Amino acid sequence: MKSIQELEAIRKKTIDNVNQRKDRTTTRIVVGMATCGIAAGARPVLLAIMDEISKQGLSDVSVVQTGCIGVCRLEPIVEVIKPGEEKVTYIKMDADKARRMVNEHVVGGKVVDEYVMHIIDGHIVNDYTVKND
Amino acid sequence: MRELSLHLIDIIQNSVVAKATLITIELDVDTVKDYLKITVTDNGCGMNEETLKKVKDPFVTSRKTRKVGLGLSLFEAACNRCEGYLDVSSREGDGTNVTAYMRFNHIDRMPVGNISDTIASSLLNGDVDIVFKYRFDEGSFEFDSREIKKIVGDDLGDPEIITWIREYITENIENIHGGAI
Repeated sequence: MKSIQELEAIRKKTIDNVNQRKDRTTTRIVVGMATCGIAAGARPVLLAIMDEISKQGLSDVSVVQTGCIGVCRLEPIVEVIKPGEEKVTYIKMDADKARRMVNEHVVGGKVVDEYVMHIIDGHIVNDYTVKND
Repeated sequence: MRELSLHLIDIIQNSVVAKATLITIELDVDTVKDYLKITVTDNGCGMNEETLKKVKDPFVTSRKTRKVGLGLSLFEAACNRCEGYLDVSSREGDGTNVTAYMRFNHIDRMPVGNISDTIASSLLNGDVDIVFKYRFDEGSFEFDSREIKKIVGDDLGDPEIITWIREYITENIENIHGGAI
């Protein structure tokens, strides 16, 4: 059974993380949580991201929710904003893809091209697959 | 939506957008009287009477990205098909109350689904506090994020804390009744 004592222990361990998360060098992960996102499965994506951050022990990452990003057919959508880098928009995410995104992009610094929204000549090519990787 | 808890997360997001700082969620099941009732009460900005009249219309929304808003309309449809109703009351400046009612044993009633994930992900909205009251026949359980904040401080965004809250709510619900409803 979960106890309040456990919560005290977590607080002692994470008090430094909290201070770190507030400064501006953190990576921001934004998950679209409007009706469209929720129906498409944004909740498991959000919680998988939280879980993976916890497993990896990352302290310089903050996860936030937003409303409708505007392209509902591509939900669940996740945006990753690393300090000093351009925003990367991931589309049609699920829990497994989200874990891979945290590992390869947030930790490893390499964008997972297959899941990213690609815009060619002003059109979103959401069925894009990487051919020469 | 596949679960009532997903409808619930959607309604909670409405409260967050309405700048609520305290959201009270009640989930009440009575298997003898055969009903399931969900109420969400917030202290957000509320709505005027004119907006309130149109709020369940799918072609009314406050968002700027598109001209449709389906959250409440879909939830109402889910209630209506189980001999129930969805009621929204609000006063500008005071907050909003959403009540969803349906027959618990109705064949078309959606499963409640993962309610602890819904509460935990809603707590990631920063400065919002959530009181969650769960009642299933004689069993009941109450969660108050303000109590958690007294112990760990105001930031519940840490993954370990969120995981703890998820498991805490899950365990307490399992103690009241085994299995999903």
